[in-house]
Amino acid sequence: MKRMLDFYLTAMKVSILEEFQYRVANYFYMIGMIAEPVIYLVVWSTIARTLGGSVGGYTPGGFAAYYIVWTLVRNMNIVFTPYGWEWRIQRGRLSAELLRPIHPLHSDVAYFAGWKVVVIILWLPLAAFLAWIFKPTLNTTWLQVGVFFLAIWGAYLMRTMLLSLLGMITFWTTRVSAVYELFFAAELVLSGRLVPMSLMPAWVQQVAGYLPFQWTFGFPIESLVGQLSPQQLLNGLGMQVFWILLGILFVNIIWWFGIRRYSAVGN
Amino acid sequence: MGTPLRLAWAYIEDCKLAINSPIIATNRLSKHFKVPTREAGLKAALVSLFHRAYRIVKAVDDVSFEIEPGEVVGFLGPNGAGKTTTLKMLSGLLHPTAGQLHVLGYEPARRSKDFLRQITLVMGNRNQLAWDLPALDSFELQRAVYGIPGNEFKHTRDEFIDLLELQELIHKPVRNLSLGERMKMEIVGSLLHRPKVLFLDEPTIGLDVTMQRRIRSFIAEYNQRDGATVLLTSHYMADVEALCKRVIIIHFGKILFDGDLSRLVEQFSAYKTIGVTLDNGNIDVSSYGEVVSQQGSHVTLRIPKAETPQVTARILAELHVDDLTVEDPPIEDVIDKVFSQKRPLGEPV
Repeated sequence: MKRMLDFYLTAMKVSILEEFQYRVANYFYMIGMIAEPVIYLVVWSTIARTLGGSVGGYTPGGFAAYYIVWTLVRNMNIVFTPYGWEWRIQRGRLSAELLRPIHPLHSDVAYFAGWKVVVIILWLPLAAFLAWIFKPTLNTTWLQVGVFFLAIWGAYLMRTMLLSLLGMITFWTTRVSAVYELFFAAELVLSGRLVPMSLMPAWVQQVAGYLPFQWTFGFPIESLVGQLSPQQLLNGLGMQVFWILLGILFVNIIWWFGIRRYSAVGN
Repeated sequence: MGTPLRLAWAYIEDCKLAINSPIIATNRLSKHFKVPTREAGLKAALVSLFHRAYRIVKAVDDVSFEIEPGEVVGFLGPNGAGKTTTLKMLSGLLHPTAGQLHVLGYEPARRSKDFLRQITLVMGNRNQLAWDLPALDSFELQRAVYGIPGNEFKHTRDEFIDLLELQELIHKPVRNLSLGERMKMEIVGSLLHRPKVLFLDEPTIGLDVTMQRRIRSFIAEYNQRDGATVLLTSHYMADVEALCKRVIIIHFGKILFDGDLSRLVEQFSAYKTIGVTLDNGNIDVSSYGEVVSQQGSHVTLRIPKAETPQVTARILAELHVDDLTVEDPPIEDVIDKVFSQKRPLGEPV
């Protein structure tokens, strides 16, 4: 356990050092990412004003809060992608990691966790700027802040498991990108990324209840800006833990079978 | 033999391998790949949509050898012979199709942490260091990955930095290092945990002669100090001659030769080279053997091994000789002759 903690802290430190080397690139990347939520925000705020001040309980200030927090959650959702898995399996880049006495997934989690620290630091002035422009309405309790902090990291772990599972399909197929595009489309609609889930038709919300997506995106945002009760907040964290554990189980099963097919070609 | 009996027999063989412990032992090791094939052209592409054809490539086929602790063994073969595939199986990256293998008493494919902590695989074309950071940061990560105690880590790191004369380079980002400097850093990173078994896959590829020599002497020193076992592949015979007493030659996935380097020349070379410096450089010496080169009064002849004593005696008796040497052909020529064989010879020599 102590050794694992040491590994995580060191790997995160190396990742932070590496990402700070590219701080300007990282910042431009984050600024570029703002376009998407700003478009959603402007559209929904206009609709809210047209409909007398709110849509589904969200005022323009509520939408501003939702989509500003969205920018952080979106960044926390960035993990090692199936494209990355495709690259590392097809070109044999996984070999270097397989030679280490530590599962490659630990390296992924630690590396991206370090990057998240950089992202959070870079996000703060960006959020302040967006708040200055769009005037969000935010009535948040300390409990919500605490749950939000846990939920963004829960979302990060959940998405790592989900995308690793997708990525490991490359052990069997040469291209996983198409499957990822399909996953991405479903995630866009069912996660709260496009619009808050409460604005979706009831049947969509019902379908989404059985799927992991909303716990990676909508829940972390709403845990901070929504009107969730303490019970709902705890349930949300519980759902994240459930999906993470399920993800770990399936990752291990797929890994066990998949690694036998690894041909280490190229490296 | 029925299947259960065969399994039981395989298990017994497996146990025998583990108990009688050379540090590396393979028994009838094979790795076959199923590779899709099709003809060129649109028609073949359409046909392949409905009927995919495959062929089995025997990358490693029925390979058996043992390596004792502390040995440095050259693992040679032309491109595609099966060297790297074998190294990948030995280091646990690939699961064998058939056969048994044990390294340090472990089954590599299980990739147990204790096993991985005791080996390393260095590939000349692989980069495991963080590109944008000084190598020192990557070394620190290696410390955490292998759980090396702080003092031990610092001692080993500084020792290797001294041995490879890297003091000036350790603070530079890896991307700013030359190929040779990067390779030295890679080697340090790969050995920080002081592995007992080193698999080195062309560690000097693309390096200049000085850098090659430095890396060779470092490997030799590591082998002597730590008693580590080394299995080395290289296309540079200078690496092999400097480091390996024993060589294993693999071709078409099969072992062609396993023994002392000196015996390889005896085994595969039917010729000797006679170098003669004559008093008079205008004499025709083609009647003594095949003239390989003639520079002034110095002539190099290739003579069938069996005729060497007689030819040497004739030259000395019939010509005015200033100097005469009889040598085995260069190891490169012997290896080239072995590699140019068209089909496997079957059983190991």
